[in-house]
Amino acid sequence: MSKKSFRQAINEALRQEMRRDPTVVLMGEDVAGGQGGSSGVKDAWGGVLGVTKGLLTEFGENRVLDTPISEASYIGAAAGAAATGLRPVAELMFVDFVGCCLDQIMNQAAKFRYMFGGKARTPLVIRAMYGAGFNAAAQHSQALYPLFTHIPGLKVVVPSSPYEAKGLLIEAIRDDDPVIFLENKVMYDDVEDVPDEAYTIPFGEANLTREGDDVTIVAIGRMVGMANEAADRLAKQGISCTVLDPRTTFPLDEQTILECVEDTGRLVIVDESSPRCNMACDISALVAEQAFGALKAPIRRVVPPHTPVPFSTPLENLYMPNADKIEAAVKAVMMQKTREVA
Amino acid sequence: MQISRETLLRSYRAMRTIRAFEERLHREFATGEIPGFVHLYCGEEASAVGVCANLTEQDTIASTHRGHGHCIAKGVDVGGMMAEIYGRKTGVCRGKGGSMHIADLSKGMLGANGIVGGGPPLICGAALSHKVLKDNGVAVAFYGDGASNEGTTLESLNLASVWHLPAVFVVEDNGYGEATGSSYACAGTQKDRAAGFGMPYMECDGSDFFAVHDAARDAIDHARSGKGPVMLHVHLERWYGHFEGDSMSYRAPNEVADAKKNHDCLESFRERAGQDKLLELSALDEIDAAVADEIESAVEAAKQAPWPEEADLMADVYVKI
Repeated sequence: MSKKSFRQAINEALRQEMRRDPTVVLMGEDVAGGQGGSSGVKDAWGGVLGVTKGLLTEFGENRVLDTPISEASYIGAAAGAAATGLRPVAELMFVDFVGCCLDQIMNQAAKFRYMFGGKARTPLVIRAMYGAGFNAAAQHSQALYPLFTHIPGLKVVVPSSPYEAKGLLIEAIRDDDPVIFLENKVMYDDVEDVPDEAYTIPFGEANLTREGDDVTIVAIGRMVGMANEAADRLAKQGISCTVLDPRTTFPLDEQTILECVEDTGRLVIVDESSPRCNMACDISALVAEQAFGALKAPIRRVVPPHTPVPFSTPLENLYMPNADKIEAAVKAVMMQKTREVA
Repeated sequence: MQISRETLLRSYRAMRTIRAFEERLHREFATGEIPGFVHLYCGEEASAVGVCANLTEQDTIASTHRGHGHCIAKGVDVGGMMAEIYGRKTGVCRGKGGSMHIADLSKGMLGANGIVGGGPPLICGAALSHKVLKDNGVAVAFYGDGASNEGTTLESLNLASVWHLPAVFVVEDNGYGEATGSSYACAGTQKDRAAGFGMPYMECDGSDFFAVHDAARDAIDHARSGKGPVMLHVHLERWYGHFEGDSMSYRAPNEVADAKKNHDCLESFRERAGQDKLLELSALDEIDAAVADEIESAVEAAKQAPWPEEADLMADVYVKI
C-alpha cells in the first residue's frame, strides 16, 4: 500500500495486467507519443496527460501501439482485435471524440455477441477522459456516460478515486464484454492509498462512502468527492447523509440504491452529465417506480444546465455541480414537509 | 501455378451453392415468408470463392450487407444460414442476426455487416491479432465500391499501412452503391487510392474464377509474407437489385441480361474446365445436383425449424452481467 495518484493507479493497473496477460495490448493517439519524431524518443509523451508513460519501454511496439489521429479505424480495429483473440485497451483520449467512432462502438462491438447468437466475445476496454472543470470548453469537457449506458451490450465504468480506478480498470480488462472506462481529467493528480498488488472491484456493486439516516446522495465519478464534502458540512449541521457511488452506470446496482432510499426516505442525485436523459433521470425513474412509498420528499437532481460546457472560468463554475449546490439540494429536501408514510 | 483438382471441385461447389442459395432466396422472398432485408450476391460468386480458396480456416474475413456469398465461401454452414435468414432458433446466430449479420467466428467469418464501411476497421484489428499472436494468419476485408468512399475505409487503408498489417482490402466493385453509379460517386480510381496509402494494387475480372483466384493468391501471399497490406479490386456485376424488391430502374434494360449471358462465372468456369481438361463436366453436373438437393433440404428444414423463445430475447446481450 502506498500513496498513488489517479494517473499512477491507472498506469499500474495497465502495467500489471499487461505483465499477467500477453494478449493485453494498448492502442491510441500518443499512448507512447513520439513515433516518427525527430528526437528519436518513442515514448516522449506516454499519453497526452502521461497516463501510459513507460509502458512502451516495458512492453514494446507490438503491444503499445501509437495510432494515427484516426478514431474510426483504431477503435474499430480494437473491436476487431477483441473479437479475434486480443484484449485491447484503446484510449480515445477525450470522450468527446466518440463522435468520430460511435459506429465502431455502438453498432459493432456492443452488438457482436447478441447479433451473432452468443458466439462472440469482445473483451475490449475503451479508456477516455471526461468532465468539465478544466477550461477545456465544449468539445473536450462532456460527461457522456449516459450515451454509452443507453447502448445494450456495453458496460460503463466511472471511477471516483485512485483506489477505485485501479480495481475497476483491472476488472474491466479481465471482463469479456466491451467496457467504456471514463476518467475524469480533473482527478489525475488526486492521491490516496492504493494497494501495490493487483486487485479487482466487481461491476454493479455500489460503494457507500458514508452512511447516514436523513438523505441518500447518489453521486457519480468526480461528484462523489463533492458529495462527501457536502455531507461533511451537513453533518456539522445535524443532517446525516448516505453517499452512494454506483461505480458503474451499467450494470447499475439498483438494489443498493433502493435500499438506501428505503432507509433515508430522501434522495439527491448528483450527475455531471447534461440533464436530459442522464443518469439522474434514470435513477429518479427507478426510485419513483420501485420506492415511491418510501419517499418523504420529492427527488432532487443536482445537474448542469442543458447547455454545451462553456469555456470561461466563471461560466464553467456556474455550469458545474459543486459541494455548495449539493448542500443546498440536501437542505431543500430536508425542508420538504415530511409526508406520512403508511 | 496449377490449381489442384480438389480446390477446383470445392470452389465450383461453393460458387454453385451461392448461386442456388441466392436464386432460391429470390423466389422465396417474393412469397413474403422471409422477414427483413435480403441483399443477393448472384453474379459475384467468383469473387468470394476465388479469394477464399486461398485462405485457411484460421484466416479472418469481414463482409458486407451482401454477405451470403462470403459466408458460404468461408465455410459457414448452409443449413444454419438458411435458418438464420428465416429467423429461426436453429440459425447460425440463433435467429438474432438475420441476413445482414450472419457470422461464424469459429470459421474466421467476422460477420456480414449492416453498416457500409463497417468491416475494414474490424479487419485491421483481426490482422493485428494475427500479427501479435504470430499465427501466420491474414485478414481480408470485402467491401463494395460504395463503402470505398466511407471514411472508415480510407482510415483503415492508412492504419493498415502504418501498422504494416497482414491485411487484404478487396473492393467488390459492382458499379453501384445502392442505386447510385460508382462512376458518379467514386472520385479518382481505386488504384490511385491504393497508391495514395502506399500499398500494392491488383485488379481482376470478377466473373472469371481463375483470374480472381490468381490475383487473390498473389495479394494474400504478399500480406502473409509480412510485406504489409494490399488492395485487390474486383470488377463485378450484380444480377439483382441492391435489395430484394428493388425495381432497378436506374439500370439500362439490357444490363443484367447481358451480364447473365456474357459474364456468368459458373458458365465460364465450366468452359475453361472443359477446354483445358481440368475437370470432367459430369463431375460438375453431379455437384449441381447435390447442391440443388442441399438447398432444398436447407429451405425445408428452415421452414420447419422452431422460432426463438421468450428466454432468447434477453440472452447473450453480455457474456456476464
